[in-house]
Amino acid sequence: MSMLSEGRPTRQEDNLQMTDTGSITTHTGNRALMVDEPLIFEIGSPDRSGVDLPEAPQVESRLGGLEREAPIAIPGLSEGETIRHYTRLSRQNYAIDVGLFPLGSCTMKHNPRLNEKMARLKGFADIHPLQPVDSVQGALGVINELAVWLIKLTGMHGVAMTPKAGAHGELCGILCIRAALEARGDAREVILVPESAHGTNPATAAFAGYKVEDIPANAAGRVDLEALKARLGPDVAGVMITNPNTCGLFEPDMKAISDAVHAAGGYVYCDGANFNAIVGKVRPGDLGIDAMHINLHKTFSTPHGGGGPGSGPVVLSEALSPYGPLPFTERHADGHITLVEEETVEDRHPHTFGRMSAFHGQMGMFTRALTYILSHGADGLKQVAEDAVLNANYILRSLEDVLDAPFAHSGPCMHEALFSDKGFTNELTTLDLAKGMIDEGYHPMTMYFPLVVHGAMLVEPTETESKAAIDQFIGAFRSVAERAKAGDESLKSAPYFAPRRRLDETQAARKPILVWTEDEEFAQAAE
Amino acid sequence: MRYLPLTPDDRQSMLAKIGAQSIDDLFVDVPEEARLDGPIEGLPMHAGEMAVEAHMKALARKNHAAGDMPFFLGAGAYRHHVPASVDHIIQRGEFLTAYTPYQPEIAQGTLQTLFEFQTQVARLFGVDVANASMYDGSTACWEAIVMARRITKRGKAILSSGLHPHYVSVAKTMARFTKDNLSYQAPTLEAATDGQSMLDQIDDQTSCVVVQYPDILGRIGDLSAIAEKAHTHKALLIAVVTEPVALGAIKSPGEMDADIVVGEGQSLGVGLQFGGPYVGLFGCKQKYVRQMPGRLCGETVDAEGKRGFVLTLSTREQHIRREKATSNICTNSGLCALAFSAHMTLLGEKGLRELAMLNHKKAVQAADRLSQIDGVKLLNDSFFNEFTLVLDADSRPLVRKLADQRILAGVSLGRLYPEVTPLAHGLLVAVTETSTEEELEQFATALEGALS
Repeated sequence: MSMLSEGRPTRQEDNLQMTDTGSITTHTGNRALMVDEPLIFEIGSPDRSGVDLPEAPQVESRLGGLEREAPIAIPGLSEGETIRHYTRLSRQNYAIDVGLFPLGSCTMKHNPRLNEKMARLKGFADIHPLQPVDSVQGALGVINELAVWLIKLTGMHGVAMTPKAGAHGELCGILCIRAALEARGDAREVILVPESAHGTNPATAAFAGYKVEDIPANAAGRVDLEALKARLGPDVAGVMITNPNTCGLFEPDMKAISDAVHAAGGYVYCDGANFNAIVGKVRPGDLGIDAMHINLHKTFSTPHGGGGPGSGPVVLSEALSPYGPLPFTERHADGHITLVEEETVEDRHPHTFGRMSAFHGQMGMFTRALTYILSHGADGLKQVAEDAVLNANYILRSLEDVLDAPFAHSGPCMHEALFSDKGFTNELTTLDLAKGMIDEGYHPMTMYFPLVVHGAMLVEPTETESKAAIDQFIGAFRSVAERAKAGDESLKSAPYFAPRRRLDETQAARKPILVWTEDEEFAQAAE
Repeated sequence: MRYLPLTPDDRQSMLAKIGAQSIDDLFVDVPEEARLDGPIEGLPMHAGEMAVEAHMKALARKNHAAGDMPFFLGAGAYRHHVPASVDHIIQRGEFLTAYTPYQPEIAQGTLQTLFEFQTQVARLFGVDVANASMYDGSTACWEAIVMARRITKRGKAILSSGLHPHYVSVAKTMARFTKDNLSYQAPTLEAATDGQSMLDQIDDQTSCVVVQYPDILGRIGDLSAIAEKAHTHKALLIAVVTEPVALGAIKSPGEMDADIVVGEGQSLGVGLQFGGPYVGLFGCKQKYVRQMPGRLCGETVDAEGKRGFVLTLSTREQHIRREKATSNICTNSGLCALAFSAHMTLLGEKGLRELAMLNHKKAVQAADRLSQIDGVKLLNDSFFNEFTLVLDADSRPLVRKLADQRILAGVSLGRLYPEVTPLAHGLLVAVTETSTEEELEQFATALEGALS
């Protein structure tokens, strides 16, 4: 704890007074490396460009009389200005490269740079999805090799590689279930979803035309097996379950759940967002799962990119594999790889539910994920799960004396530790604690999720953090939690030291400004 | 292992703090019979950078890279030169390794670039607003059809025969489950677009008309009449743009009164990448903004009154609305949107217009050169940077044969429409700023040889 010259502990206000930051103003409004960057629309010009192109040939155009005459009004910048614009903006972002990113259920692990280098090899980056298959055998080889790894790591029968993200994978799995039921003339209407599920789960089931019903959790944070069994029946198409679940706990009854669902004629979808906890330790195929998506951008280290692109291959059981989407690769005895697409579908894959996206899926992510998997190997991936679980339990046991950990009594957690806001005083909330963590130099944990825990804080350190980094994080978390319990008013206005203070989200939603308009330019010019 | 910082001593001391004897104590909830004792059999063990790189390079070498030979493929994925700065920008770790900007105070970099992206896309499309991106053009197209159903409360969508057949497949897949009624026929080899047929089909049950612009055969048709007729029947016009560079040369769909404009943004900044990841573009009129799928970034102020940006209108989204959400989409295509936006910033309107005309005029030259060959006819009266040739032979085996000669000739309509025999002689040829006159000559000579 730092002390003032008077010998008492510092508080937030004291720090501000000591440095007197409030009273110092600069001409620009910037503060050293804290530099605000205008929008391109405020600094660029439609007749400026950072690209030099050769002269176009002198021929008549054939645009059907539809030449674009009105201004497009998209400003350009020179190359130097462009680099500076984005570099300055980048410095207003938190990222894994900047620090520990404990966002639960998001698996923010280190993104190896070898992955990036491999994805940029011209043999992968500069090939067209519709080139003749003989000219892209290496690319099909990447897809096929990754598919084999995913099948073996999960103990499943097949894999659909084309889904473009986790939610797209969920949709793929649910469509497989629907197609399988339709094939046997069984029009079931209900998908059961535990109340701790990811928000995408019910949205997916509804999008595919199902009615969604909740199943409750028991006191130990697991699916209530008896309640589930009681609800199963001839109208239930299947369940969507997350395992390890969103409380960071393994569902010990998973096999019993699967058996009960199968006995009632339904299928089991597993949300694989939390696969990082169990990769190499247990295979979902051994637990009776019929379909599970794998977020390559979580478990297999492809970058999150500020919100995508993701990649969500779906591993499938023998029962659901015949219904998977087009296209997919098929490796022949001589090593040659062909594509099964519309042309060959009648012979090779007649029960497919169809195509989910234009081409072969997120190839750029496959290359990165395969590079990562080969780097770790079967032994390294097992170590990944073990270290991820070890780090999370270390955090759980290091903080359970100061923070309420609702399921800590029931045993170890998996890859993420769950805390609640119990004991916070003076109306301080999880949000306030999260914003306090920003001032400590951290991205906050996942807030208010899962919904089954009041003021939930879900902390996932991942395996790529060192003990020293985790100890420092624990120290910061403990300090802010103690302030929240002591009712420290200053937390309500945190963060103080980020590029922005709290943003007015209500105003943003009430009068949405989604694009920059000239009016704003005039308004500013008039000032 | 180079990505794992814990030492054996660290692990021991952490287990001690936890009060566990061994790591297995932390996996007690996994039933013993399902627990794996050692590494999964039949899979290789860990490997160093050099070994992994050698393996991946060997796979990469088995592919014909577009830049190594004459290359004329398009059909929804176009090869454009991406300035070196773009890749530098998206490899900044603060962009590359950031998460979705749920904590806006420390994500203004991502949020401001998304706001700029939305504005660029809206202006390019000539519409009021755009979202922060979708997975790709094909999924954006389907989401637009669903959005039209939400707005009109009708389930009949009319798809133009000029819509990319893979986009049609995606829509058909989804419609099978949602019970939407899609009207669609494969295109015929004519110079005119199917605009008249679209007009004839619109009625009071129609939710939307979906027209690709330019269409799959490269033809450019005016959308104004379709928009007008759709609007008199209270239906929506959805325009689909698979080559956004075209909008530097031809009128935007918004100028022709399209209600929703979607597209594939891969052409700018993203590269071919064998089909993904790409970036779906999605824009619409202001009055439909609350029915839009996907993430939206909006402007606001912070507690000190400073301008800032946040994700907004999240009441439409799955993490709030669960089964009542407008879409189940969670992740979008953020980094590809950044690449698109940075490329667009480098171009500016001037650069975009120059790039578009360069593409177009090179394509005109190529169309004239190739249609001089015996047994080759140019289908199109109008086109941007891609046109359809009608050959005297089945184009699919011909494309394969030319690929064996290291010439990537285009996309055969036989590949896109294997079930439609009359299209088998069609060949789609795309020409961008990256194609040289020498490469065109090599292609022409080889095509001549293959047809003689």
